[in-house]
Amino acid sequence: MAPRFQGRADRLAAIEAIGRERVIVLDGAWGSLIQGEQLTEQDFRGARFGDHAHPLKGNNDLLCLTRPDLVARIHTRYAEAGADIASTNTFNATSISQADYGLEDVVHELNVEAARIARQVCDAFEARDGAPRLVAGAVGPTNKTLSLSPDVGDPARRDLTFAELAASYADQIRGLTQGGADVLLIETIFDTLNAKAAIFACFEAFAEAGRRLPLMISGTITDASGRTLSGQTPTAFWHSVIHARPFTVGLNCALGAAAMRPHLAELAGVATTRTCAYPNAGLPNAFGGYDETPDQTAAQIEGFARDGLVNVVGGCCGTTPDHIRAIAEAVAPFAPRAVA
Amino acid sequence: MTRYLRLSGLEPFVLTPDIPFVNVGERTNVTGSAKFRKLIVNRDYAAALEVAREQVENGAQIIDVNMDEGLIDSKQAMVEFLNLVAAEPDIARVPIMIDSSKWEVIEAGLKCVQGKPVVNSISLKEGEEAFRHQAGLCLAYGAAVVVMAFDEQGQADTLARKTDICARAYRILTEEVGFPPEDIIFDPNIFAVATGIEEHDNYGVDFIEAARWIRANLPHAHVSGGVSNLSFSFRGNDPVREAMHAVFLYHAIRAGMDMGIVNAGQLAVYDQIDPDLREACEDVVLNRKPAAGGTATERLLDIAGRFKGGAKEDRVRDLAWRDWPVDKRLEHALVNGITEFIAEDTEEARQAAARPLDVIEGPLMAGMNVVGDLFGSGKMFLPQVVKSARVMKQAVAVLLPYMEEEKRLNGGTGRQSAGKVLMATVKGDVHDIGKNIVGVVLACNNYDIIDLGVMVPPQKILQVAREEKVDIIGLSGLITPSLDEMVHLASEMQREGFDIPLLIGGATTSRVHTAVKIAPRYTAGPVVHVTDASRAVGVAGALLSPGQRDDYMAGIRAEYADVADKHERSERAKVRLPLAAARANALRLDWSGYAPPAPSFTGTRVVDDWDLGQIARYIDWTPFFQTWELKGVYPKILDDPAQGEAARALMADARAMLDRIVAERWFNPRAVVGFWPANAVGDDIALFTDASRADRLATLHSLRQQTAKRDGRPNLALADFVAPAGVPDHVGGFVVTAGPEEAEIAARFDRDHDNYAAILVKALADRIAEAMAEMLHERVRRAFWGYAADEAFAPEDLVGEPYRGIRPAPGYPAQPDHTEKLTLFRLLDAEAATGVTLTESMAMRPGSSVSGLYLSHPDSYYFGVTRIERDQVEDYARRKGMTLEAVERWLAPILNYVPGKGAGAAQAAA
Repeated sequence: MAPRFQGRADRLAAIEAIGRERVIVLDGAWGSLIQGEQLTEQDFRGARFGDHAHPLKGNNDLLCLTRPDLVARIHTRYAEAGADIASTNTFNATSISQADYGLEDVVHELNVEAARIARQVCDAFEARDGAPRLVAGAVGPTNKTLSLSPDVGDPARRDLTFAELAASYADQIRGLTQGGADVLLIETIFDTLNAKAAIFACFEAFAEAGRRLPLMISGTITDASGRTLSGQTPTAFWHSVIHARPFTVGLNCALGAAAMRPHLAELAGVATTRTCAYPNAGLPNAFGGYDETPDQTAAQIEGFARDGLVNVVGGCCGTTPDHIRAIAEAVAPFAPRAVA
Repeated sequence: MTRYLRLSGLEPFVLTPDIPFVNVGERTNVTGSAKFRKLIVNRDYAAALEVAREQVENGAQIIDVNMDEGLIDSKQAMVEFLNLVAAEPDIARVPIMIDSSKWEVIEAGLKCVQGKPVVNSISLKEGEEAFRHQAGLCLAYGAAVVVMAFDEQGQADTLARKTDICARAYRILTEEVGFPPEDIIFDPNIFAVATGIEEHDNYGVDFIEAARWIRANLPHAHVSGGVSNLSFSFRGNDPVREAMHAVFLYHAIRAGMDMGIVNAGQLAVYDQIDPDLREACEDVVLNRKPAAGGTATERLLDIAGRFKGGAKEDRVRDLAWRDWPVDKRLEHALVNGITEFIAEDTEEARQAAARPLDVIEGPLMAGMNVVGDLFGSGKMFLPQVVKSARVMKQAVAVLLPYMEEEKRLNGGTGRQSAGKVLMATVKGDVHDIGKNIVGVVLACNNYDIIDLGVMVPPQKILQVAREEKVDIIGLSGLITPSLDEMVHLASEMQREGFDIPLLIGGATTSRVHTAVKIAPRYTAGPVVHVTDASRAVGVAGALLSPGQRDDYMAGIRAEYADVADKHERSERAKVRLPLAAARANALRLDWSGYAPPAPSFTGTRVVDDWDLGQIARYIDWTPFFQTWELKGVYPKILDDPAQGEAARALMADARAMLDRIVAERWFNPRAVVGFWPANAVGDDIALFTDASRADRLATLHSLRQQTAKRDGRPNLALADFVAPAGVPDHVGGFVVTAGPEEAEIAARFDRDHDNYAAILVKALADRIAEAMAEMLHERVRRAFWGYAADEAFAPEDLVGEPYRGIRPAPGYPAQPDHTEKLTLFRLLDAEAATGVTLTESMAMRPGSSVSGLYLSHPDSYYFGVTRIERDQVEDYARRKGMTLEAVERWLAPILNYVPGKGAGAAQAAA
């Protein structure tokens, strides 16, 4: 079967053209769907990691190697729901985050496979209807922070260095690129300095590979002060990442769409590129779950689109293919935000 | 989007054209500050952070951090210091300039900052390859760069070399590296002038001309420089150095220099430099032949001695009082508000006294008594008294350590105060100028003041009152919902068994409200409405004096009972119409021959191109003088026989501060304005999402006058000024704010024992917000709405509102319902656009903010709804979808009936 698009550039041009006509739809959460599968420790281990010394249950990213069928099925469900962009199952696939499982060594392979599976599903959908489907290589924030000290008594101390974090990101980015990612999604940024290390790593990897992938950059604002965890306002955050000349800048996760709105509005007012918003399905409930129904989340995101705040929308924690379907339908009537 | 230099710390910074000059703080630079170098060498990072904090507090928009010191590991010091700064939000809010001559130090710094910093500097010194490499890394780390005019041959000294190198660097950066031109800042080298070496004479001109050339020829690039180099040959003579810097900057900024490393505290004001000195500096900087002959350098050297260490002082000032005995000097300083010598005089008095407390209770209190007498007899005015208080505070600050030491040694006795007064602005309210003034005046009269600040919950007030055993509680509030808070607090005081006096003050409070609503809730103790600061001392004194207290309280009680009674009778006597009758007498404008103008846009727009200097021209000064209890109309008040002197002195202080506010950009004014298709629907105004008017976006509610009108005058509601369905009309709305900086600046002055300046800056912030509202309204009429494009009033004429259209504010007489602000704020997304938030009482925070609607009809005018009846309140509650109780609470001040009790007069009449 011949590919519908002649490489990334062609596919990207097609999605950019679509993006001038309507709001582009990103997929939703991985966690809630994987949880729904009721997987056992054995599912995570598969044959390959049967003897691994650390418990692996909960290492969702590892399923790209041990349950590729399941990963492909989730991508398929989101594509069927109307997602134009598939984000890879690699939120924690850096050597830093995988160190918790003693799996630093498989990080490269994991990222290659994750992007490859997503690309395969996307290719199938492109062949089916001719519309472009983008693979976004998901780059998470890691569980470390460059701007804050781990020790209140020693505020100058840092857990790790910029160079260490950038090197870890570079590994992931090379893997995602090699596996076929079309764009890179640096997401859930709570510390902008971490994101700057990721951007720096992208530039390094692009220089090695001799080609640039567009970046999607997404911060998260988790408290009522309207700032990132590391203390930046949305506009300050934008200024900090403007040098990446990103494909999109936006916000995700956090406290749901309603709480996100004012910050998104601020960002939409200053950003000179496309904006992207993919909130959680509301606030977590007492059990850590999310209660917003697809209609509820979609109604709020519809408001983003109606008011011209967004170019790309999707869902984060607690969202499902049903949410994405409702969101895609809700935003369909509205023109995308005009990019200055 | 326009190519502006965009930087960030925790907060964004954008170098827009209305910022004439960015002052980069230089005090965290070891090569520029001996003090900072010492702290870093000694690894005293806590004190070093204080230096940074102080710079930011003093208005530095960017701070330069330089650790190039031979004795230390510069790279490690840079990393450690920047990591520590990251943990200090009040420092980290501004962008950092990472300054080093060593690239490795710069790169280490770049790895520590999450904001977008500036690298200072890179250059072609080591050739193009190194330059490209370093520039590429700056881009990858996300930093703007300062590029020195330096190449393989050395530092550029002539105009030609400066422009050649900058042009070459610009080409490489923009064409080869892909650097955004707006992120390039050229430093074409400021060298010392007046060195006696002739080749140096043109260095000032060379820089200025290079700046001009760069701005004209290298699009979007900026120009910066380290100014202190210029005056290197005048080390030791700060007044001359400061004058040289000011003169140089004056010309360089006009040529296009838009950033610089300058010690703002050590910079003369161009206009205030002695004319001889200024001319001599100008000759040196601009390399001119002095009119008096000789060379420019000789001329400046000749006169420099005259200014050494004394240029800032007023040379004609009479200092004869300095020879008086110390007690008299203290009195003179207190009465005249002179802080200059207070520390040394206080110290002298302390050494002569047996105990430090004797100085306070002796000469200082004696001096304050003179102030009190003069104030009481109308010979001194409030601004002067507040200045006296500043002197007193600074004197006490000198004595305090000694008093504490004494206490530590022998458990000594504290000083006898006249009483302890707790002051607070109530929950939900942010306005505190009046409260602060009363606090200062009471403190001058030997009261201990415990000021809990603004938005203070009632539990906190009562808790502190109990713990501190205060003698009086003073409450302040400006917006109407605060009245209810005061009533609530009075009830709580009663419930919790208090019996101390409760003083009520603030713009919306009144004797009637105090008598009718507050006093009946707190019968256990006296409740007194205090109209102004000058009364507060007398009231507090009477209430705390065992001899006077009972008689005074009895007098007040009788007076308030009488006031309440008269109020009740007069309200009963006023005829109110039933709502239906009032509606039947609504204003009916003729819409048949009138096409309402359409605005140039619908939806909202953020207005952030404010020029503080321009705003200052729109200030209406009369209310400013009212704040200071100087009553009269500006400018006539300046020539008032009694108050003129005080008014002129206040005006001079206000002008001086305003100049600094403008020059140093103390405030960050913001506004948002919006217009929506609108039509009146009964007493409400429907706003629509678009011109089709099919979908309702929001509803603005208005209230109708219910007083019986004579002579055919209508019973107005704001909705009457808006066209009914069928005639396309629009309504606008706005929020402006002087910015949140006011509170921090005032707190800083307070910490420096300068409550005069603290009150002054708040009063000015208020005026700036009002001036912005006036200015924005003008722009709306002339451009945004554009129905009066040719309008041309001078700013001072706008005070009389000679123009067409009105801007009524929710919570004010034409629409007394503060909750309408919620709709307005939502429509404008005002919080995101301006940072202004609403408290639970619908006060805008920061306090120096103004909001309102725009109505354009030529016949629209301001009016007061005044009291309304239950029938309208019920109808209004239905329309707004609120409970009757909630509406009654918000409209309490204008209800013409007692909620929950029988029908009002209108129903009885109907």
